[in-house]
Amino acid sequence: MRYFIKISALLAALVLTANGQAALTIEITQGVQGALPIAVVPFKWEGSTAEPPERIGGVIAADLHRSGRFSPLPPEDMLSRPSESSRINFGDWRILGMEHLVVGTLRELGSGYEVRFKLYDVFRATQLTGYSIRTSEKRLRLTAHQISDIIYETILGEPGAFATRIAYVTEIRDADGTRHYSLQVADADGFNARPILNSQKPLMSPAWSPDGTRLAYVSFETGRPAIYIQEVVSGKRILISHHPGLNSAPAWSPDGKRLALVLSKGGNPDVYILDLDSRKLRRVTRSFAIDTEPVWSPDGSALVFTSDRGGRPQLYRVALGDGKVQRLTFEGRYNARASWSPDGKYIAMVNGDRGKYRIAVLDLASGAMRVLTDTALDESPSFAPNGSMIIYATEIGQKGVLSAVSVDGRVHQRLMLQKGAAREPAWSPYLQ
Amino acid sequence: MKALSKLMVMVVPVALLFGCATTDKTQGGEEDMAATGAETEVVTPPAMTEDTSAGAEAIAAPGQDGGFMGDPLDDPDSLLSKRVIYFDFDRSEIKDEYREIIEAHGQYLAENPGVRVVLEGHTDERGTREYNMGLGERRAKSVRRYMSVQGASFSQMDVVSYGEERPVAMGHDEESWALNRRVEIVYPGR
Repeated sequence: MRYFIKISALLAALVLTANGQAALTIEITQGVQGALPIAVVPFKWEGSTAEPPERIGGVIAADLHRSGRFSPLPPEDMLSRPSESSRINFGDWRILGMEHLVVGTLRELGSGYEVRFKLYDVFRATQLTGYSIRTSEKRLRLTAHQISDIIYETILGEPGAFATRIAYVTEIRDADGTRHYSLQVADADGFNARPILNSQKPLMSPAWSPDGTRLAYVSFETGRPAIYIQEVVSGKRILISHHPGLNSAPAWSPDGKRLALVLSKGGNPDVYILDLDSRKLRRVTRSFAIDTEPVWSPDGSALVFTSDRGGRPQLYRVALGDGKVQRLTFEGRYNARASWSPDGKYIAMVNGDRGKYRIAVLDLASGAMRVLTDTALDESPSFAPNGSMIIYATEIGQKGVLSAVSVDGRVHQRLMLQKGAAREPAWSPYLQ
Repeated sequence: MKALSKLMVMVVPVALLFGCATTDKTQGGEEDMAATGAETEVVTPPAMTEDTSAGAEAIAAPGQDGGFMGDPLDDPDSLLSKRVIYFDFDRSEIKDEYREIIEAHGQYLAENPGVRVVLEGHTDERGTREYNMGLGERRAKSVRRYMSVQGASFSQMDVVSYGEERPVAMGHDEESWALNRRVEIVYPGR
């Protein structure tokens, strides 16, 4: 039996009450018909306190629901609550139309915890996978996300992106108009948000290094835009570019050794590549136009960038070998801010048409372009590292919010910040 | 050039006066308007009405252009008190109605080579943030270029772009957007 997902703010509320507050709450605003029915039984708790430190089953169910590909069964509908060590009565689950079942146990150890789980195929009554994972209190949510990734990949054959993070900029305005900016990092589900930089001056364009340990960003703290690189864990940072004029739009090469960026010291904004070891600059574009927002191809051989050399902003591709430039976008009067999918097949962008700015995806092989959103002030698309979702910024009411949409446009989610406006999201790579 | 621009300042409000007169249907309106001249409310940008004869007449004029004794930058009636230039959507050309203001600042800088100015470029929120950084810079450079034609030197003028990051109006409508598409002329410390 297939379930039809309805909009479920209730599930988002469940995620909130689990443990502590989420700075970002998630609403599934549009689900998918044909999402797979799965039962994630609340994990059995074996420990000294009455309540477990984290509801592992709840985190997993929320992850799977958030992907839009699964429809988790509410625990109150479950006929039994087996744990990882129980004998399973598959009839209990077939009656409810479940296709898969997840059971588990969270056990307190002398120091730390052990999480054990099993994934079953209900129809065939067979176990598909199972693990025992040692972890610490601090890493309990991460362990749950890693289990979600395993379940997702085992059933769908594609990697999950649940154990990843997002970086974004927030702006809070006081009653007297003073603005407070913050560069934040959170888990991909909005939990554990923490500021890594606070400033009274604007912050822009956070970009994750390919190993997920550093963020490059633009800060106006010196009075004009400059690019910094900061280690996420230690907070150590270096000022990497502060030429006269713009220092803008940093983008890491796939090998992490170079940064594409935009400088206007040559007269107008052009794309350069900075070697992070030698600090040598290589100029890539040379035009009278605004050339900006570079992104690297996954194999590092080309950049796609925004340019208005043809009159209005469009996307262009430059091969780093021979420097040949080729225009990529022809539909719509405005195409900018590319994000390249990890498999190299798609480019997400901001497409402007008749006053609306929306997220669109270009299929590089066929040249077909599809608009994914129907809001009007969308910007800053960023692919998840498994290529399945795109996170972006938009305006709902008077508020800047983050949203996510699946590459085929069928699943939509909104991440609401509790306070202030959120924008410029960057989805981390897979974390080591 | 200077004489011509002064003439235009006088001519335009008068032309608009006649414009009002032809649409005014009340009796004696035409007469009244011609008689009261500068006191009539004419819908022009503030820069023009402040240079009408009523303003100049009210001040005793021992000096050359008007009686303000002190640095022209501090004169609330002078063109130099206008510090914001507005732009059309996606454009960076100087619109006719702002040329005078920029000329005044350019001339002031030419006459005062020790004075520095910062030209801050801004855009409305539409489109992408980094492209708007480029557009804001382009607008500020447009103003800088026009000031340099008046004799201001490049070493006096700094250009900074804030893109869409520092709006003055928060609405998502043309009214707010128009107020955000601007270059601000900032004299540090003044």
